Amino acid sequence: MGYDFDWSSIPGALPFLWHGAVITLEITAIAILVGIAWGTLLAIMRLSPNRALSWFAASYVNLFRSLPLLMVILWFFLIVPAVLRNLFGGAISDIRLASAFVAFALFEAAYYSEIIRAGIQSISSGQISASLALGLSYGQSMRLVILPQAFRNMVPLLLTQAIILFQDTSLVYVIGLSDFFGTAYRVGDRDGRIVELLLFAGAVYFVICYGASWLVRLLQSRITIVR
Amino acid sequence: MGYHWDWGVFFRTVPSGGATYLDWFLQGIEWTLIVSACSWALALVVGSVLGVLRTVPNRLLSGFATLYVEIFRNIPLLVQLFIWYFVIPELLPVGLGTAIKQSPPLMQQFLASWLCLGLFTAARVCEQVRAGIGSLARGQRNAGLAMGLTLPQTYRYVLLPMAFRIILPPMTSETLNIIKNSSVVSTIGLVELSRQAQQLVDYTAQPYEAFIAVSAAYIAINAVVMMVMRTVERRARVPGFIVAGK
Repeated sequence: MGYDFDWSSIPGALPFLWHGAVITLEITAIAILVGIAWGTLLAIMRLSPNRALSWFAASYVNLFRSLPLLMVILWFFLIVPAVLRNLFGGAISDIRLASAFVAFALFEAAYYSEIIRAGIQSISSGQISASLALGLSYGQSMRLVILPQAFRNMVPLLLTQAIILFQDTSLVYVIGLSDFFGTAYRVGDRDGRIVELLLFAGAVYFVICYGASWLVRLLQSRITIVR
Repeated sequence: MGYHWDWGVFFRTVPSGGATYLDWFLQGIEWTLIVSACSWALALVVGSVLGVLRTVPNRLLSGFATLYVEIFRNIPLLVQLFIWYFVIPELLPVGLGTAIKQSPPLMQQFLASWLCLGLFTAARVCEQVRAGIGSLARGQRNAGLAMGLTLPQTYRYVLLPMAFRIILPPMTSETLNIIKNSSVVSTIGLVELSRQAQQLVDYTAQPYEAFIAVSAAYIAINAVVMMVMRTVERRARVPGFIVAGK
């Protein structure tokens, strides 16, 4: 082999890499929390008897699902700063991070809403009729009867989506945000050790994602409701 | 907002002359389609072979296919792309590596994009093919073997023709995915559609027109692919089977 590996720039760069990893985790966490909350709302709207609501939710989901994530990130990088400037008048420190939060949260909500919709539909429709017959309102029967069961079935899929989302956060590279991957690339570029840093980054992602999907499989075998 | 809309910008000539911004935009669409189609062909071939390997009664072969899938599924696409583009040429034997590095930049970018997208999607195709074969009744394989077909013949004449028809719907979403994922190759400088959006912004200073046009192009490509695949799905549907896998 013609290449001399030199891993010596990694130990010194660990604090930077850790700082990048924190940004990666922040984006992932916000996207999961907001994505699931907004995704649940979208799923309920999509299934609601109200035509306008269900049309809105369907268009939202289809729009986001037909665009590449990279375009969505760039879109919000274009729009969010303008909106923020209108609201707060210029004094925002890191616009890139804010626009990444918004982009990922709104994008992932579309994907989460499809998972959640399938989960809700997997609950037999007799249950909603039964709870309505018992005198619960539509909202109450969703919240107290349908969603608790639906979420239990969905947990493995939601977590798998979270792993995909965690990998996708590396795309914030396109707006120059230093997440874990961006930092690794920059350190490699600085030290002329791009080969080592990229392989290191790949290995870290692999260990985390493989470990996480192993845990999801374990969880899945525990919580699946036997029917 | 005081934004000045100007859709006429697409008909102006680019600074280097000889083309309009509309031509740039169309070239972007062209490259997106070329990269996606070439990678999809690679993914289909490699993915089908791996999918079959995952189901054969041979620990070594199925273990290899499983390892492949785990590696390609658990590393972000962007990281894989950078590894193909920056790392692999360094690790190849010196002669070959140098030859790649001295080839025209477009050639290098295309090669890395093609291998990256193709082999990444192959892992996903592999899982679909495996699911398709797994969804067939176990008796089909046994019956094929009992009839005196060899294992390759059983796959060729009994299992795969059914499996491929069953997995068409998930393959449609993989086709859409590969087109969306092809936008990632803009990061190594291949000027496909999403890179063209950024370039149009830089040159014309009309960000909204450029982004709206490019987004609409993605939506249109999506819609066309979906329509074509729906027809194929309807034609190829196996009577009696409703849906397959996820």
